[in-house]
Amino acid sequence: MEKRDARPAREVVVPGDLLSDSGLKAGNGTYVHDGKVYASKLGVKNVFSGTVSVIPLRGRYVPTPGDMVLGMIIDIGPSNWLVDINAPYPAPLHVNEVPWKVEFGDTSRFLRIGDTVMVKILMVDEAMKIQVTMNDSGLRKLEEGQITEISHSKVSRVIGKSGSMIQMIKSMTDCRIFVGQNGRIWVDGDMENATVAVDAIKMIEREAQTSNLTERVKDFMGSRIRPQEE
Amino acid sequence: MSGQSDLELVNKKGIRLDGRKAGELRNIKIEAGVLENADGSAYVEIGKNKVRAAVYGPRECHPRHLQDPTKAIIQCKYNMMAFSVSDRKRPGPDRRSVEISKIIAEALEAVVLTELYPRASIDVYIEILQANAGTRCAGLTAASVALADAGIPMKDIIPAVAVGKADGKVLLDLNKEEDNFGQADVPLALIPKTNEIVLLQMDGNMTRDEFDKAIEMGVAACHEIYELQKDALRRRYSAALKDGDSNE
Repeated sequence: MEKRDARPAREVVVPGDLLSDSGLKAGNGTYVHDGKVYASKLGVKNVFSGTVSVIPLRGRYVPTPGDMVLGMIIDIGPSNWLVDINAPYPAPLHVNEVPWKVEFGDTSRFLRIGDTVMVKILMVDEAMKIQVTMNDSGLRKLEEGQITEISHSKVSRVIGKSGSMIQMIKSMTDCRIFVGQNGRIWVDGDMENATVAVDAIKMIEREAQTSNLTERVKDFMGSRIRPQEE
Repeated sequence: MSGQSDLELVNKKGIRLDGRKAGELRNIKIEAGVLENADGSAYVEIGKNKVRAAVYGPRECHPRHLQDPTKAIIQCKYNMMAFSVSDRKRPGPDRRSVEISKIIAEALEAVVLTELYPRASIDVYIEILQANAGTRCAGLTAASVALADAGIPMKDIIPAVAVGKADGKVLLDLNKEEDNFGQADVPLALIPKTNEIVLLQMDGNMTRDEFDKAIEMGVAACHEIYELQKDALRRRYSAALKDGDSNE
């Protein structure tokens, strides 16, 4: 394997690889054994301000409080809904956490099985009990558009530095887009443009690790979108 | 082990039927990420053994009563394809495959950080496509690569190998003939970092000295296989890092 270009070589680590003998603190995706830090996940080694961590390349989405995610209603109870948020566990959405006034047992009038909702992770405890809420600005039930799914580890790439990538896709395709931290992405807009946006997102996922991606995505979308008639 | 034959398994020069020396492994090929729809997968060839492993999860555990509120459970299913052996193998679970599934799951539990996913289940499916002795070791080798490929947090990757005795000599990585007509078969798996043994069985007889020698041989071979496992994972993902368009 030859060296990669420009940026400091990003090293792929596998579980059990030694990351640090001493000095560095153990971050995410690592474990400590005999005072040494080892990788616990397949990913890319990352050293940042005295902490060594592993950015996972694969794996399930694990919710963290504050994450905005897209969920699907999979079950209805008398006072709550069960939401699938692409995590190993379903997340209950209690009637107190929705912006509507719901009578006991009246839950199915508001959200039905199969509905898609934008929710925020309220709390995750050590037993991995998850609570989600819709009581926050911008959170709602999604009525139109389409959902596409990518690996959650590629979400930050789709968003880009301070939202540069997603802003570009939004402005070029004139679509409304919401990227959930769990890797589900909602795209709504003109049929053809939405397809271009979805293809661009898929392209980002595929080529997430390459440099100069923003430029190439721009070229890609530029070649696909009909010139706007002024 | 039970069979008797006048087959010369190891000749006077110490060369075995397939041309190997006593302490030599068969050819090994490992590939990670071979299945599109599994969370993680691996394909392993050890000599004539061909094994595929797929990992799903962590996901909600079904049936519910198997859930453990303190940690994830590992459910493993070892299955031999009907065409994997020369006589057709009757499909479905049998005593042998249930046993192997259990010991592989227990070996994997020793390295997977299961306490991170309470109540969940990590499902491992091992399919033996072609068998030629030592499939449980090949299966475990594949399963641990598949687990790492699925991004599941674990302390280390487990390699496994069989050692044994045939024609009165201690041999590494028995093939079909040596397994059938030899005196002992000892599958062995360990955590390379600590040399902690997580799987050890013995079918047949050996003296204590032979056993010690066999373990020593097996431990060294496991470390060799370990390097191949790590290399398979690195190969798969370094390529993706270097050149994103490589898989499309």
